[in-house]
Amino acid sequence: MIPAGFEYYAPTSVDEAVTLLHDHEDAKVLAGGQSLFAVLRVRLAAFESLVDLGKIDELRGIRDDGDALVIGAMTPHSVVQIDPQVFDHARLISLATATIADPQVRHRGTFGGSLAHADPAGDLPAVAVALDASFVIAGPGGRRTVGASEFFQGVFTTAVGEDEVLVEVRVPKYTGWGAHYEKFNRVAQQWSIVAVAAAVRLEGDTIAEARVGLTNMGSTPIRATAVEQALVGQPATADAVRAAAERAADGTSPPTDLNGDADYRRHLASVLTRRAVLAAAGTG
Amino acid sequence: MTRVTVKVDGSSYTDDVEPRTLLVHYLREQLGKTGTVVGCDTGNCGACTVHLDGRSVKACSVLAVQADGHEVTTIEGLATNGQLHPMQQAFHENHALQCGYCTPGMIMQSIDLLAENPDPTEDQIRLGLEGNLCRCTGYQNIVRAVKAAAGGAK
Ligand SMILES: Cc1cc2nc3c(=O)[nH]c(=O)nc-3n(C[C@H](O)[C@H](O)[C@H](O)COP(=O)(O)OP(=O)(O)OC[C@H]3O[C@@H](n4cnc5c(N)ncnc54)[C@H](O)[C@@H]3O)c2cc1C
Ligand code: FES
Ligand code: FES
Repeated sequence: MIPAGFEYYAPTSVDEAVTLLHDHEDAKVLAGGQSLFAVLRVRLAAFESLVDLGKIDELRGIRDDGDALVIGAMTPHSVVQIDPQVFDHARLISLATATIADPQVRHRGTFGGSLAHADPAGDLPAVAVALDASFVIAGPGGRRTVGASEFFQGVFTTAVGEDEVLVEVRVPKYTGWGAHYEKFNRVAQQWSIVAVAAAVRLEGDTIAEARVGLTNMGSTPIRATAVEQALVGQPATADAVRAAAERAADGTSPPTDLNGDADYRRHLASVLTRRAVLAAAGTG
Repeated sequence: MTRVTVKVDGSSYTDDVEPRTLLVHYLREQLGKTGTVVGCDTGNCGACTVHLDGRSVKACSVLAVQADGHEVTTIEGLATNGQLHPMQQAFHENHALQCGYCTPGMIMQSIDLLAENPDPTEDQIRLGLEGNLCRCTGYQNIVRAVKAAAGGAK
């Protein structure tokens, strides 16, 4: 099917994009289009204007900023996936990105688009929450930075306002940490039924620090703080990790849908957390 | 209407398109390049796969206006002087198609796959073709064809 008609704008700067969004009622940001076109094609939504960020060079690329990596919102998944800086300092992002969709979608879909879209089954939000990323947002009043816990507000809802643009994401460096993204789905190309993002720092055989994020266990990505606390100071053995992972679903209200009910998802969360943490510990 | 200039299969075209025109519809309906097909409404099937500046994309998930100033290669642009592209030849020789509907997308994605990884394992081939669905073959001969094309390219 063909989308309903819209005006198309392709600004070349962030300021211009923000002005266009501000001046036009019912304008929508277009990034890689890999989620947006699916909605427009079947006319689940229609907008009077689309503001395409594809010609804004400033939004593309990955840079080293001392103690953090800064990933431009319009950097395609296919670039993030193989970037050596991301691999060295935030490997969880490389691993999770590689599980997104398929090669064609990863050539167009963007890092920032996946985060701004905030699909509860999307793979990058839980990673961003686990790694305590912060989000630089530009609007008519200038730029502001928002932490991961405030950024994700609900299903398809973030701190990015209608006349704002997500510019870049700052990810603290986790150099030398082990990482693993354990995604559970049943058929090729499927979204996560549940997935677990884990990063651990070992001192000898002991877990010194841990970060665990959950995908599709609620309307927003969830940081499994009870698991993180239970892991610290423990040896990275199967028994110790299993005991900590039992707390993965604490305080969550996972959805029930055709892929599984809430109890099934709670069970998955602890099994996948155990696998993710053990695998992460093995790669540190 | 927006004016676009796009290079498709080696020739340059300048046309007026509505912004909502998807690249696949521009190729099929305005340029008459019906070799690229549409198989779904969700972005899942991969039948519409073409190369945009040398990388595979789903032409149902790109606007024609986004291809302005860029280069597109479709299944129709692969053969040179009546000589099939090695990947087309490999699909032919390995009986990698039955109804043929998925084939244009399969071939375009398989070429992208080998460009990135010239000597893939069977698992890497299956993962690389994850975004292309085939309702007929069961994939075995498609994987075989890609293997054969990789061997031939060495
Ligand atoms: C077949 C298929 C399978 C998929 N499987 C997965 C999967 O397994 N896991 C997964 O995580 N994702 C999956 N995706 C989605 C994919 O990751 C998309 O790339 C992503 O969700 C959206 O990114 P995009 O750049 O295409 O954004 P778009 O589709 O262009 O935009 C999505 C939304 O975010 C907003 N937006 C985008 N960028 C910005 C910005 N910089 N500032 C403000 N707002 C912005 C848009 O206005 C829109 O509302 C799949 C997609 C397809 C088609
Ligand atoms: S037509 Fe199915 S992915 Fe494009
Ligand atoms: S040959 Fe019929 S869909 Fe693949």
